[in-house]
Amino acid sequence: MSLGDWSCPIPKVDLPTITMSHGAGGGLSAKLFDEVFSKHYPSKELLDRNDSAVIDWDSRYRLAISTDAFVVEPRKFPGGDIGSLSVYGTINDLAVQGAEPIALTIAWVLEEGFPLSELHELASSVGKAAADCSVRVLAGDTKVVQRGRGHGCYITTTGLGRVPKGLELGSSRICLGDCILLSGPIGEHGMAIMSQRSGLDFDPVLKSDCAPLHRMAMSLASQVSGLKLMRDPTRGGISAVLNELAASSQKCFEIQEASVPIRSQVKSACELLGIDPWVVANEGKLLAIVSCDGVQAALDIMRKHPEGSQACQIGQVTGRYPRSVIAETLYGTKRIVAMPSGELLPRIC
Amino acid sequence: MLTTDFGDPRHVSLLVEQIRKKAVGPWTIMEVCGGQTHAILRYGIDQLLPDSLRIVHGPGCPVCVTPMESIDRAIQIASSPGVVFCTFGDMLRVPGSRGDLMQARSNGADIRIIQTPLEAYRIALKESSRGAEFDRKSGRQVVLFAIGFETTAPATAMAIRLAKQSKLDCFSALVCHVLVPPALEAIFSDPLHGIDGLLAAGHVCTIAGYRPYESIAQRHSIPIAITGFEPVDLLRGILAVIEQLQAGRSKFSAVNSYEHIAGIDGNIHAQTLVDEVFEISDQSWRGMGSLPRSGLKLRKSYASFDANHRFECESVVPREPSICRAADVLRGKIRPIECPEFGKRCNPSNPIGAPMVSNEGTCAAYYIYQSLAVRKTQTLET
Repeated sequence: MSLGDWSCPIPKVDLPTITMSHGAGGGLSAKLFDEVFSKHYPSKELLDRNDSAVIDWDSRYRLAISTDAFVVEPRKFPGGDIGSLSVYGTINDLAVQGAEPIALTIAWVLEEGFPLSELHELASSVGKAAADCSVRVLAGDTKVVQRGRGHGCYITTTGLGRVPKGLELGSSRICLGDCILLSGPIGEHGMAIMSQRSGLDFDPVLKSDCAPLHRMAMSLASQVSGLKLMRDPTRGGISAVLNELAASSQKCFEIQEASVPIRSQVKSACELLGIDPWVVANEGKLLAIVSCDGVQAALDIMRKHPEGSQACQIGQVTGRYPRSVIAETLYGTKRIVAMPSGELLPRIC
Repeated sequence: MLTTDFGDPRHVSLLVEQIRKKAVGPWTIMEVCGGQTHAILRYGIDQLLPDSLRIVHGPGCPVCVTPMESIDRAIQIASSPGVVFCTFGDMLRVPGSRGDLMQARSNGADIRIIQTPLEAYRIALKESSRGAEFDRKSGRQVVLFAIGFETTAPATAMAIRLAKQSKLDCFSALVCHVLVPPALEAIFSDPLHGIDGLLAAGHVCTIAGYRPYESIAQRHSIPIAITGFEPVDLLRGILAVIEQLQAGRSKFSAVNSYEHIAGIDGNIHAQTLVDEVFEISDQSWRGMGSLPRSGLKLRKSYASFDANHRFECESVVPREPSICRAADVLRGKIRPIECPEFGKRCNPSNPIGAPMVSNEGTCAAYYIYQSLAVRKTQTLET
C-alpha cells in the first residue's frame, strides 16, 4: 500500500455509525435530528424542537405530550435512581411548556437475569415519584431482551399534560432587555453520576438535583405575565440550552459568570475531572426568560419552592452579538460560550 | 480554597496593573501546557494584557503530540479480538489516518475510559480473577494506552510495576510518554523561533523538578517562569518573565512562580518509580517529528508488558492532512486563529488536527473560548 492510498481524516463529517457523541445533546445530536428523524417523519410540532409538543385539545386547554428514554448508568445514584429520574425527567419536559402533568405511560426494557428485587425497588421509586407529581401511570409495557443484549434496565416514559389556553411561551417571544433566571446551582446531577462512575468518593457525597419542576413552573406560568419561555437544562447543561435559545431567538445571551450559582463541591469535582460545569447535566433546574418588569415577581415565586430556593438572575438578552452566548468573567473579560460538542458524560439520563 | 485565593479579582487587577507598567515589549511569551492555554482563554487573561504582550502556545497538550502512527496502532490493538483497551477520554476523538478510537468503539471494540492508569491495572486484575479464559494464550488482554508528559508517567509506571509484581500476564501498555524539556530544546534551537519568554508547566515541574529549565534559560537566553493554572498563577508567571526581560538580556534564569506546589528537585519518589520502569528514548511527536531523547520506553526488565510486542500491527507512517497547520501551532509559529481552516472545516465536532480535539488542545481552547475580538473578525468575514 502506498502512502497515496491513505486518506486524510476529513470524511469524519459523515460518520457511518452512531457514536456516543450522537447522544450527548450537542451538535451531533442536532445533526441526527435534522438529517434523519425530521427528514423521515417531519411534523410541525417536532420541528418546533421543544421539550414537549403542545396541540389543540378543547375549549379551555391544549394538550402537551412528551417522551423520553432513560439509560442512566449507574441505575442508583445519590439523590435518585433511574425510576424516579424517568418520572421527573418527563414531568419536567411537560412543566417547561407550562403544562400541568396529568398522566404517564411507561415501558421497561429488561435484560434476562435482572434481579426481581431491584425491579421492585425501581418500580416503587416510579410509583412514589408519580404520586409526588400527582400523576397516574395509565399504561405500560415490558420487554425482556436476552442476556448481553441490554444493560440491565432501560425505561421509556411518555407524559401527558394540559396547558391553559392563552399561555404562549416560545423563543419568538424573547425580546431585547429580557432577563435570564436560573432556579439554583448547576451541575449536580451530572457530577453525581460522574463521581459514582469514576469511583471518586466525595465527602459528603455529591447528590443529584433530580426533582420535579412542575409546581414552580405552573406558578410562574400563571402568575408572571412577562414569562417568555422556560427550559430545563439537562444534557449539555446551561451552555447547550443558552446556545439553542440564542440561535432560535437570533439574540445575544449575556451571562455574568459570578452570578451563576454552583456549589463549591461540584466546582471542585469539575476541576478534578477537567469538566466545565456549564456543560454538565441538571435534572431539577429551571431556566426562565422573563421581561425586565417581571423579574422580581418571578424570583419571589421561584424562591417559595424548595427546588427554586436559590433562584437568581444570571444575565440578560441583548443585541450585541446576535446568535451568541457571552460570559462576562470575574475579571471583567468576556468570552464566547460555545455549544458543547461530542461525548462529555456518557449516558447521563 | 486554593482556587478561590488564586482567582481573586483584586489580586488579578493588581498584577495586571504591574504587568501593564513593566511590559514595554513587544514581547512574545509562550506557555507550554494545555491547561494554561485553556485557563488563559477561559478567564480572558489575554484580554487583560497590554498589546505589547503576545501569548503563543507550545506543544503542551499530550493528546495533540501523540503521533498519528500511535493512534493508528491503538485503533488496531483496540479492534483486536479479546482486547479491553483502556484510555483517557480525550484520546477517543483524536484522528488517526483512518478514523478514531470512538469509531472503533462504535464498531465493537471494547474501549474503556479511565481516569488513571491504575484503573486499567484494576480492570486487568478483575479480568484475570475470572479464571483461565482470560490468560495470555486465549488472547484476552487488557491494554493501557499510556500517554502524557512527566505528570502521568509515574502512574503508568506504578500500574506496570504492580502488574509485574502480581504476575498479571493479561496486562500490557502501549507507551507514548513524552518529556517536555527536549521539545523546548527543539523549539528554541530554531533561530527563527521568535519567542521572548516562556511559562513552564507547574505540574510537570512538581513531578520532574525544574533544573532542566534553568539550563534552557541560560543556554537559549530565554527567561522562564514555572507557573500554575489559575489567573493569579498565570499573571505572576507573566510578571516574572517580563521583569527579567525588562532588566535586560545579560543573564536569564528559571524563576519558580509556583513555589507553593513545585520544588527544584520535584517528586523524587515519582522519579525513582519512572526510572525503575522506563528508560529515555527517541520519540516521534505529532507535528514536530522525531526528537532525540524526548520519550520513555519500557526497560528490558519490563519489556514483556510492551503492547507492541504482543500485537502485530501494520507499520505504515501515515500522512497528516496537508491543510492542517497543527505543527505551526504547536511550535508557537502561529495562533490557531491564523489557520485558514480554524472554525470552518476544522472544529471540535469535526477535528482535522489533534489540537482541535482535546480539552487541553490549543485550537479547541480558541474555538471554545475564542475572544470577542476573534468573533468580530469572523462575523465580518462571513
